[in-house]
Amino acid sequence: MAAPKTPITLPDYQQERIGSQIAEGEKIKSARPHALTDAIFNYCPGCTHGIVNRLVAECIDELGIEGKTVGIAPVGCSVMCYDFFNCDMIEAAHGRAPAVATGVKRVHPDNVVFAYQGDGDLASIGTAETVHAATRGEKITVIFINNAIYGMTGGQMAPTSLPNQVTQTSPYGRDVSKVGYPVRIAELLSTLDGVAYVERVTCDSRAHILQAKKAIKKAFQNQIDGVGYSLVEVVATCPTNWGMTPQDAFQWLRDNMLPYYPLGVYKDVTADGFANAAEAALERAKDCPIAQQGRGE
Amino acid sequence: MAENARVLMKGNEVLAEAAMRAGCRFFFGYPITPQTELAAYMAKKLPLIGGTFLQAESEIAAINMVYGAAAAGARVMTSSSSPGVSLKGEGVSYMAGADVPGVIVNVERGGPGLGGIQPSQSDYFQATRALGHGDFYMPVLAPSTVQEMADLIYLAFDLADQYRTPAMILADGMIGQMMEPVELPPERDASALPEKPWATTGTKMQREHNVVNSLYLSPEKLEDTNRERFARYAEIRETQQRQELMMCDDAEIVVVAFGAASRIARTAVRDARAKGIKAGLLRPITLWPYPTKAIDQVIENGAKQFLSVELNMGQMVEDVRLAANGRADVSFYGRTGGVLPTPEEVLEQIEKLAAGEAPNASARATVMGSVLPQPIDRKSSYERGE
Ligand SMILES: Cc1ncc(C[n+]2csc(CCOP(=O)(O)OP(=O)(O)O)c2C)c(N)n1
Ligand code: SF4
Ligand SMILES: [Mg+2]
Repeated sequence: MAAPKTPITLPDYQQERIGSQIAEGEKIKSARPHALTDAIFNYCPGCTHGIVNRLVAECIDELGIEGKTVGIAPVGCSVMCYDFFNCDMIEAAHGRAPAVATGVKRVHPDNVVFAYQGDGDLASIGTAETVHAATRGEKITVIFINNAIYGMTGGQMAPTSLPNQVTQTSPYGRDVSKVGYPVRIAELLSTLDGVAYVERVTCDSRAHILQAKKAIKKAFQNQIDGVGYSLVEVVATCPTNWGMTPQDAFQWLRDNMLPYYPLGVYKDVTADGFANAAEAALERAKDCPIAQQGRGE
Repeated sequence: MAENARVLMKGNEVLAEAAMRAGCRFFFGYPITPQTELAAYMAKKLPLIGGTFLQAESEIAAINMVYGAAAAGARVMTSSSSPGVSLKGEGVSYMAGADVPGVIVNVERGGPGLGGIQPSQSDYFQATRALGHGDFYMPVLAPSTVQEMADLIYLAFDLADQYRTPAMILADGMIGQMMEPVELPPERDASALPEKPWATTGTKMQREHNVVNSLYLSPEKLEDTNRERFARYAEIRETQQRQELMMCDDAEIVVVAFGAASRIARTAVRDARAKGIKAGLLRPITLWPYPTKAIDQVIENGAKQFLSVELNMGQMVEDVRLAANGRADVSFYGRTGGVLPTPEEVLEQIEKLAAGEAPNASARATVMGSVLPQPIDRKSSYERGE
């Protein structure tokens, strides 16, 4: 992958780190993003968490925001991303990352605050925190890894597991007549007034990875510009708990996940011509007098 | 409000006003009786001084907002009452595990379950032992007057920062709702608040990243962090015990009571003295650390019996017995469910003890744990015709 486009000045301790690894006269062809630490990812081979961690770090580098970014790690396979990202990090309880992010952002509105969460974390135990942070229009960025399974605990049914999908706790396949249907988070959140931007992406190909990066970058840029709550849902794989090779997992993702979770932009207030989520919300409530109070002041 | 002037205020509002004077600029909470006035006061005043009041979607979210704001270095608090405090347990455990300071107010009501809305002290165990999973404690301060609402929440913020721990104000609906004259503490100088170099405020590319975390997958590492924390707890136990002693110099019967119960016990002890009984009052102000040194002292002074008076079925009495450690008899008297005992009821217990009689039978049963189990009636109350 390409080195960061925007040159960044490295602090001394980073210079030393990189300097010691490069022989004299050698050129850096593919630098590790500065926003990643030296720690080695603990994800399974072929896991998409690694790709997305790196994309987030590249965006942080390119936007030059590492020094003011605070990340919130979830409970799930990416729990230890507090060791991977070079920015300040907080480890939250299972599902509570949006509330923790809210606390940080309210104290330091000029910081860039992001939450990185899996589907069990964001769409099951943390649904209330997710929906309310979104509807409050918290100016945070959420990266949502939808791999249709509870990876960390060994492959249980997730809120996003597909109908008939076999998991450890749906051994006969997800029976929607008994346990109901998967949650489509991008669609759900796009109905909320506080939300500025929601896009669903994936990372099964070079083109899709580039699109994912574009979306993540926009979700950060929106926060920098004060546009409102932004979430990027990444349709992801868990080869280990799906019981597949990484290649087969991507094929399964294309065959089954993408038809259920269509890629695309679900809400984008700036593309709709609004400066931010608040303006779009006012317009949507244009026939409600009390909601219009103070408009245009 | 002019400093050092006494004003008439409601307990819950004083908690809010004194918290702001202690430098608290962030409040996250969810509505519940009987702490309502505290949140309402914050909602009104915080925005006027550049602070943030946010009504969260639940107590779970509120405490996690506190965790985030505290991790980001702010003086921050939340308040609730018993059922809501149960929901905060998870977040408080994470705060303790990540060494993040913050203040939690519990204006207790009766329980368990939805319980009632009248004053109670039935969350003593929860506050001093088990507000959340894991090996941890936190300072718990118990005001008994509106003045102490101000003084102790002011102190709670300092203790929280000094020891990097959550700290709790354990009040009850009676002190929360009552009005008394109070001298408010002075406004803290924001620039003189403790520095928090560990906070997640952004590296500004000037330092290694800060991580606020409670996960340690290596057992040895986790044991180390717990030991380090318990070294701090030992220091807190050594230096932060607080209590009030009344008429304890020569007391043979010492009534132990905190918060609202201590107000009733105080009258009963005075009445007992008037009757010639050598009674005294030990009022714990810190419930954790428990004032064990004061218990030692009154035993040295000649106390033969302790009577723990509580608004519950007997919780703090266990700490009294642990502290007395067999050196004196310990008994209990309490009312629960929001019922307040009268001073006469308490006096009657003191008189029984003075006469060498067992105090009220059911109370004694909870203390001695020696009553034979009742035969179980397997018929339903319907079958029994109740
Ligand atoms: C309160 C609580 N309940 C349950 C768990 C156990 N647990 C850890 S990770 C996890 C599921 C994570 O799944 P997901 O969010 O989809 O993340 P993934 O591992 O798939 O990336 C669960 C249930 C926990 N740590 N805390
Ligand atoms: S269990 Fe699944 S989600 Fe977790 S690291 Fe392995 S492949 Fe990734
Ligand atoms: Mg998952």
